[in-house]
Amino acid sequence: MMETFSLLPLEPVQWAWGVVLFWLALGFAALLLQRVPQLLSRLVFPLGALGALFIAGVGVAGLLLPASTIVLPIGLPDLPFHLRLDALSAFFMVLLGGAAFGITVYASGYFKSMAGGPLALLALWYHLFLGGMVTVLLANDAYAFMVAWEVMALSSYFLVTTDHKVPEIRRAGFLYLLIAHVGAISLLLTFGVLQGGQGDYTFDTMRLAEMTPFWASVAYLLALFGFGAKAGMVPLHVWLPEAHPAAPSPVSALMSGVMLKTAIYGLLRVTFDLLNIQIGWWGTLALALGLITALYGVIFAAVQSDMKRLLAWSSIENIGILLAAFGLTLIFYTDGKGALAALTLTALLYHALNHAFFKGLLFVGTGSVLHATGVRHMGHLGGLMRFMPWTAWLTLIGALAIAGLPPLNGFVSEWLLLQAFLQTPGLTQPYLNMVIPVAAATLALAAALAAYVMVKFFGVVFLGQPRDPALHEAHEAGWPERLGMLWLAAGCVLLGLFPAQVIGWLAPVVSLLTDQTLVNDGNWLMLAPISAERASYAPLIFFAVVAAVLLLTFVWVRRVYHGRVRRSDPWDCGYPEQDARMQDSAEGFGQPIRQIFEVFMKVERETPDPFSRSPHYHGASLDKAWFIFYVPIARVTNWLSEQAGRLQHGRIQWYLIYSFATLIFLLVFTTR
Amino acid sequence: MSTGILLQLAQTLLAILLAPLLMGWVNQCRAWLQGRSAPPITQPYRTLKKLFHKDAVIAHNASPLFRFAPYMIFACMALAAGIVPTIVNDLPFSPAADVIALVGIFALARVFLALAAMDIGTSFGTLGARREMLVSFLAEPALLMVFFTASLISQSTELPVIVETLAHQEFAIYPSLAFAAVAFWMISVAENARIPVDNPSTHLELTMIHEAMILEYSARHLALIEWAVALKLFTYSALGIALFLPWGIAVQGDLAALPLALVAMVAKLLLGGAVLAFIETISAKVRLFRAPEFLGTAFLLAVLGMLIHFLLEV
Repeated sequence: MMETFSLLPLEPVQWAWGVVLFWLALGFAALLLQRVPQLLSRLVFPLGALGALFIAGVGVAGLLLPASTIVLPIGLPDLPFHLRLDALSAFFMVLLGGAAFGITVYASGYFKSMAGGPLALLALWYHLFLGGMVTVLLANDAYAFMVAWEVMALSSYFLVTTDHKVPEIRRAGFLYLLIAHVGAISLLLTFGVLQGGQGDYTFDTMRLAEMTPFWASVAYLLALFGFGAKAGMVPLHVWLPEAHPAAPSPVSALMSGVMLKTAIYGLLRVTFDLLNIQIGWWGTLALALGLITALYGVIFAAVQSDMKRLLAWSSIENIGILLAAFGLTLIFYTDGKGALAALTLTALLYHALNHAFFKGLLFVGTGSVLHATGVRHMGHLGGLMRFMPWTAWLTLIGALAIAGLPPLNGFVSEWLLLQAFLQTPGLTQPYLNMVIPVAAATLALAAALAAYVMVKFFGVVFLGQPRDPALHEAHEAGWPERLGMLWLAAGCVLLGLFPAQVIGWLAPVVSLLTDQTLVNDGNWLMLAPISAERASYAPLIFFAVVAAVLLLTFVWVRRVYHGRVRRSDPWDCGYPEQDARMQDSAEGFGQPIRQIFEVFMKVERETPDPFSRSPHYHGASLDKAWFIFYVPIARVTNWLSEQAGRLQHGRIQWYLIYSFATLIFLLVFTTR
Repeated sequence: MSTGILLQLAQTLLAILLAPLLMGWVNQCRAWLQGRSAPPITQPYRTLKKLFHKDAVIAHNASPLFRFAPYMIFACMALAAGIVPTIVNDLPFSPAADVIALVGIFALARVFLALAAMDIGTSFGTLGARREMLVSFLAEPALLMVFFTASLISQSTELPVIVETLAHQEFAIYPSLAFAAVAFWMISVAENARIPVDNPSTHLELTMIHEAMILEYSARHLALIEWAVALKLFTYSALGIALFLPWGIAVQGDLAALPLALVAMVAKLLLGGAVLAFIETISAKVRLFRAPEFLGTAFLLAVLGMLIHFLLEV
């Protein structure tokens, strides 16, 4: 294996940087091609997709080869860009490339209708966004990292505000930009602490810096805040349900599937690689925050009626699961249980990869629905399975996968994580033994609620009767869209059926961070992370048996009995006036959850007067975090700026007096 | 190995074939307790046969998912029945799925049933789907917690190992298992759509959950679903027996113990069915909005069981 790769003239990190440059070139070429919009969708996006596939390949090479580094002649005079590709970066590049390939293929068809100026600009931002994310993964000094981080944040801001003429979208974009930058400031401070007063901002120096527990904790907390803001950790999550629905669907898919994972990457990089010590309570904190985020996200997902907003909340839930896995990894690692840390970290990485595929798939699926119908509100959709069978069946795979159902991929990572929770009795800190069962229960509850959410999402959008007569005109997605979705769906199925292989590929990352690998005790068919006696799961056999029984039953029923079918109207319970409005609306389907978890929500409800001629119903379940955290902060900020505003009179005399007073003040105090 | 596979097939087939009999037994017991004259114990088979012979009537707007779902649900339940040890422990098939995967199988079948219920787009279908998901989102984690308690005791999530630990080691009293057993009972009642959460013998719109979902089904599709329901009841009973009353089960390769194991299993199932009918007779169905409280209690009990294990038994 090494032989074949060393024959290549360049190292993986150079290939990766090459793809970044290629994407930049594509983006700027797109501007030049503004006048030929056909070329943009037929050439630029497919080439971008090839770049993504290549990045995934480079990632695979990076997993197999030792770390490679380069120093680029750009950046600050005394701090040029350092790039490094090790197993951790390589894994996230596989994730990025794999998901971005499907999404970009999809995008090549999706953006076809957006001819003219905006498309060229969009293509530029899109490829800058991809390049920024890869550079974040490659960066090996704080400066390169922050520059790439900002490129990623700004390009995605412009992508979110593609429809900038709509005021809500501008507002969503601003909120996103604001929280992204609050997070970025925190990251800047993290790196400031990490360099430990040596004034050298390369990661190599930071790895060697000896931190006291206090300063290490400060750096960790700052990183948790900064990366948490990017990932959508509660209570920093408010931008996510605003920005994701605002962006065009492939962009939402990329942001949710890939960009959120760069925050998880950063958290892993800082905690396990750059910091030289780890402390147990960090893990407990991350576990608690993760579980709160997971539960909060899934509860709000259940009460949404905008399909993309629902998926955004579901992303918050999944980020919560990842954070919880991160916390548990830290707990095990600091407790000296290396093998269990390896198990939990494997579950984390696996889930991150899974989420990139199924969330990407679901978001592009809503994109097809949006294209076909122009509607995002689930209350105006329904019955689309008959008009868009491709989109519906492929989305169904994503929905089943995200609901954590076997034999698809979501189940594997949840299974691994639950196994990790079952291994806790060996922990030395007794208080954790109390916390862990509650944590496992919360996680199981969130997973079960995810199934509720997905039944709601799929059932209301694709099943039942069309809630609007216009839906009968809905058209199926084109071929590039279908291919993109097929790729992502295939990823969901394959990652679900071959976990033993995937875990083998994750081994270099896991051993890099925890100095241990997860040994699979089963064979290629069977996943048995600790020992076959303790736990095992063989998805392929599982799948084969279900398929075999299904086929046998089908053949048996047809042979022994018959396959006759008569079509008729549905049973109308004796009321002939049945129409599509009698189905559950999105709000109706989420009503039980709203009722049970009303404490977390601020519910707005306007019920019409019973005698009203044109009844109007309005119901919304708003996020309480907004009113608890953000409104007071906004109020205080406003008040402070008003107070500061009193000083500003706009008259030159006053400003001269201010300068004079300051001068006097300084003179008095410095001469003392 | 080959005897193992034969035994596996035999046990699964036996479960599939005998499941309606358990349903018939429960119905018979219930009729006796309620002072009615009972239908014959083979009544479920007759119903199935009648349904299979009929022509299927399907709504105009039904999608392929609607016709696919009954087969899927039946296959899931057959797989579940194949995993749970009934007569013989440690079958060759059991490493394919542990208890967490078992919960996953039940969830898969449930999601397909709920989606199929929403497919026609009648008010009853969606109502049933919503209520079913409401019941399950509390019942499923509770079931998982019950399994976790058993797994923590036996240090494994493999059903054969759990049963082995609980059945063949020296007798020990686990207080955590007592909590788990009560929780498991409540979950089984809810998951199998029995009183007090749901009533299998009414079609009253105010109360029905499971029946509302399958209103649109007829003929062979309905037959498969009814059969899957019987299989689910059988699997849950077998699970309860395997976890909380495992004594008498045969280890693999011990063919001499088979007849005894069979007798023990039948006796336990008969007893369990009678108890189920008794409880159904003496209790009333709770209001739908009390169902989350009922299940919340089950969830809490299961979590308490796990906490008690950590407190007392580690």
